[in-house]
Parts: sequence; C-alpha cells; structure tokens
Amino acid sequence: MEPALLDQRQAVSDARPSAPARPRRADRSVARLVLGRLLLLPLLLAGVTLAMFALAQSAPFDPVVAALGERALTMDGPTLASMRERLGEVSALQQWAAWWGNVLTGDLGASTSLRRPVAAVLAERLLWTLGLMAAALLLAVPLGLLLGAWAGTRPGTLADRVVGAGLLSLQAAPPFWLGLVGIWLFAVAWGWLPTGGATSLSADRAQPLDVLRHAVLPVSVLALSQLPWYALVVRDATRDALAGPAVRGAWARGIPRRQILRAHAVRPALLPLVTVLGVRLPELITGAVLVEVVFSWPGIASAVVESALRLDFALLAAITVLSTIIVVLGNLAADLLYRVVDPRVGERDG
Amino acid sequence: MAEEWRAVRDAHARPWMGRGEKGRTAGRGMPIPRRSPGATNRAAGGKVFGAAGAWWLLCLVGVLTAVLLLGGGGPAQTADFTRSWLPPSPGHPFGTDHAGRDLLERTLAGARVSLLVGLAAAGTSSAIGLLVGGLAGSVAHRAGGWLDSVLMRLVDAVNALPHLVLGIVIVALLGPSLTSVVISVALTHWTTTARIVRAEMLALTGAGFVEAAVGAGASRWWVLSRHLLGHVLARALLATVLMVPHAIMHESALSFLGLGLQDDRASLGTIIEQSRSAVLAGHWWPAVLPGLVLVLLSLAVYWVAERLRPVSVGRS
Repeated sequence: MEPALLDQRQAVSDARPSAPARPRRADRSVARLVLGRLLLLPLLLAGVTLAMFALAQSAPFDPVVAALGERALTMDGPTLASMRERLGEVSALQQWAAWWGNVLTGDLGASTSLRRPVAAVLAERLLWTLGLMAAALLLAVPLGLLLGAWAGTRPGTLADRVVGAGLLSLQAAPPFWLGLVGIWLFAVAWGWLPTGGATSLSADRAQPLDVLRHAVLPVSVLALSQLPWYALVVRDATRDALAGPAVRGAWARGIPRRQILRAHAVRPALLPLVTVLGVRLPELITGAVLVEVVFSWPGIASAVVESALRLDFALLAAITVLSTIIVVLGNLAADLLYRVVDPRVGERDG
Repeated sequence: MAEEWRAVRDAHARPWMGRGEKGRTAGRGMPIPRRSPGATNRAAGGKVFGAAGAWWLLCLVGVLTAVLLLGGGGPAQTADFTRSWLPPSPGHPFGTDHAGRDLLERTLAGARVSLLVGLAAAGTSSAIGLLVGGLAGSVAHRAGGWLDSVLMRLVDAVNALPHLVLGIVIVALLGPSLTSVVISVALTHWTTTARIVRAEMLALTGAGFVEAAVGAGASRWWVLSRHLLGHVLARALLATVLMVPHAIMHESALSFLGLGLQDDRASLGTIIEQSRSAVLAGHWWPAVLPGLVLVLLSLAVYWVAERLRPVSVGRS
C-alpha cells in the first residue's frame, strides 16, 4: 500500500473513535461556562446590594422615610426621632442581611411609592417590559443584519457611506429624543398612532389589537435606538471578511458571487453580531427605561424612575437585582449562542 | 506590519480588480475593499496633520471651546409669559419655551453644561480605569498575578450591570446634583479604559524596546515611567474622548428622567424633559431642536476621536 493512502486510512480510523469524544468535550466546556456564570450571579447580586445599602447609609438619605414612606410625614416629632435613632444603630451590613433573609423566604417587602407588595408590582409589570424588549430585538436584529450586510458588501459606494452616516447619527441620538420626535410626528402631527400608554383609556380590558397599536411606536423607537450597533458591527465584519483570503480563494475557484457573499462574507459577520447582542444588553435595558418613560408604558422600567424619585428603597433594590439577573442570563445566552454559530469556540478551550 | 504591506501590494496585483485599483467593484460587481483597515488608518493618520485635516480639527475644537466658554454666559433670562411658545423665527431661531425664554440661548447654555458634565465624567471614569488597568497590567504575569485576576473579574462584574439602572440608584441615593451625576457615570463606565490600559501594558511588556531596556538593566520603575506611560496615556486619552459622548448621553438621560440636573443648571436633557408636555400640545421645537444639538454635539466628539485614533495608535 502506498504510504499516502495508508496515511489517509490511518486518519480516517483515527477520526472515527474520536468523533463522539468531540461533543462530549464541548458539553463539558458548556457546563463549565453555565456553572461559572451561575456561581458568579449570587456574588454579583450580593456585592451590588451591599453597595446599595452602604451607599444608602452614608448618603444624605433619611432611613425613616425609606422605611415608612409617606407615613413618615404624618408622624409626630419624638416618635420620628426615636425611630431614627433605632434605625441609625443598625449597620448597613445588618440591614443587608435582613433584606436578603426576607427575599430568600419570598418576601420582597412593600413598595412605598405604589403602596403594594413589591412582588405584585414586578409580576404585573415584568411581561410588559420583556414583551417590549423582545419585540424590539426581533425587529432590530434582522434589520441590522440586512442593512449591515447590504452596506458591507458595497464598501466605499455612495450607498455604504449614506447608510454608515445615517447609522452613526442614529447612534448619537438619545432614545428619549427619538421617542419624542416619533410622538410629535406620528401621534400629534399626523394622528396615526396613540401618544402613549399600552391600552386605550376607554377599554376596560387589554384588547390585543389595541395593545398592538399602542406598541408600534415604543417598539420601533427602541429597535431604532439599538439598530446602529447591530448594523455597524455587521457592516464592518462583512467588509473585513470580503478583504480576507477566504473570499479571494473562493473567487479564484470560480464560486458564484452570490454564494461567496452569503457563505464567506455575511456568515462570519454573525459572530460579532452575537457578541454585540450580549454586550449591548445593559444598553437595551437603558433604552427600555427611557422608552417606557416617554411612552408611559406600564413596564418595570418606568417603575424604576418612580421608585428612585420617591426613594422607594424596597422596589429599587428588587429592580436592581432583577435587571442584573436579566443581564447576566442574557450574556450567558449570547455566549451559548456564540458556540452554536462558531463551533470552533467550544473546542478551542474545551 | 509586514502583513499590512503585503495586503496593500496584493491589492494592486489582484487580477479581478477591474477598473483601476478603485476597489469599489471588481470584475462583475465583486466588491473588494481597496486596502486593509490598517493601511486606511495610516493614510488618515497622515491626514490629521495635513492641511485639510488640521483645519477641520481646529475648527471643531474652536466651536466646542466657544460653546464651553461663551454659551450661556449671559445673565439669567427673565420669564415673560406673554411670549410663551413662540415658534422659531428670525428673532428666536429656536423659538421660546413655556416661560417665554429664548430657547437658542437656553440650548447653548445646556450644551455647555452637558459638555462640562460629559468631560468631567469621562475624565473621572478614565482616571479610575487608568488606575485599575495600570495596576492590573503591571502585576499580571508577576508575583501579584492574583490581583490582576481579581481586578479583571471586578471589571467583568461591573460590565454585567445595567448601567442606567445603577446610575439611577446612585443618583437617587446621593440626591440629584452635578456631582452625583458625574459619580454615577464614572462608577459605571471606568471598565472600558481599564481593559484598554491593561491590554496595552501587556502588549508593550512583550515589545522589543521594553525587552531591550530590561536587558540593558533598566529598573521596573524606569521602564514604567519612560517607556510605558506615554503609550498608555495616549490610548487612555483616546478612550476618554470616546467616552465623552456616552457620558453626555447618560447625563441627559438621567436629567430627562428628572433625576439629574435641575432647572437652575439645565442641561440639554433637562430642557428636553421640560418640553415633553409641549410636544403633546403640538409645540415641537422645544424638544426637537435641543435634541438635534445634542446629536450634533455627540457626533462632533466622535469625529474628534476618530481623528485622534490614528495618532494615538500610530504612536504605540
């Protein structure tokens, strides 16, 4: 047998037994990734809340008002003074431990600004916020991919430059301003869409079509504010991939242009897109906060502002914890997705 | 370096390049970029100090300085409710607000406050980042390597936090003021600089001239102060400039939410916040025009940063 053929046979027989080993190795690294993040999460939450309690204690911030809310205004002087003394003795660490003790037994405390249990507030608002963010992502990601790939495969052309300049300007536009411009144009000047809220005042229950009509502007504005990041990263990656040796080689082999663009130029751009999806998650929450406030959307984010303005500590702490959890889990999802898009990742560090 | 040059040379030798070396479309519409990104950057780097580039840069910096120094320098405007909600006109190019104050003047004053807060917040966050990144970079691969990992995990942790929510918490607890806005932006945004500074220091530690200096018997302090500091500072400066628009955005968002700067020190965000109800009444100018100025301000700073990038990278 010729040595070359022998080599080939050898390679094939080598590959076979190791083939099932591969996914196992990847599985292990995925498990390590998930485990690492899930271990990081409690540490992160503990650290953030501890910092919050410490800040609340050292700040010009009345613990009695924080504990009682507006009831503190109607109490008489001596009672207030004695309470203040009692609360002042409790250290931030003790308050923090007590708060976590309550949270772990399922008691998130009561919101002083909304006069309801924090858990109930979160439960009724969470769906609105998640729906808004999911709809915006579903709109912004495909649009960013299309726009970025379209501009990226035409580097240096007028179309590329116009799209690039437009995206940069959009990036520089704050979401709340985009929202106000949208309200002015579509709701006030032309009267096509409602100015805010999630349901009409006349409706006693949420009608799907009515909610949809109310959601058009908030979702579009949130999507528009996130779009430039996705589109620009896809455009740059596509352009870089086009200049790479893979494209040159494919071109030399006579592979059709359409296929080159799809497989060698746009496909590699999915990787940075997934990365930027994870990295931009905190900014998506930022955008959601601003959009919800502009459009009086009944989600969690607008409750953040309300609770901050009224020093509603219980609600503020719960929302901080919740949004941290969302960001960490979202980042984890992005990292897992990255492994799906790019099979090399799991193997390299597995 | 050699690779970049090879790419430039190959770009001229590509047989499918069609019309000249334009690089726009090649052959039957196959788009190939003209040069490698590095080559483009270098070309832009030459342009910064070329006549046209320097002129534009001076112009822009001049405008920004003028906004900083002159904007809103006049006496506080008195309210005149007979002149409220006047649409834009030659006398009031930006119209007037609910109290009849000229919005152009208020917008310029607001832009100045926004820019000041942005610069202060970006400067503070870069200082923290420089400190943390420098510390991590100088102990990595040495006896104190554990400190490096601790600091970098801290960077990861801060990055994993929702910035605006945390900013809201900080401002709410410290009370709304210019200082608390600066603190809240700085505390949530120092990580980028820290990462850049650390990476730059690690890259430089392996660079030839540093190894040569160490081989020649230079002390650690000498290497740090004579060889590393300049390069690292150039990178940190670029990161700071890039941070300014982001800081401005955060400040205006906090002010828009009613948590940041109040009316006595109105920033662009405050002005837009006060115009929310006006928009519903059909008065578009108090929200739209100051917002446009905010967009232009951010774009201008981005633009400066883009011009600075080749300079700072080229030096390294």
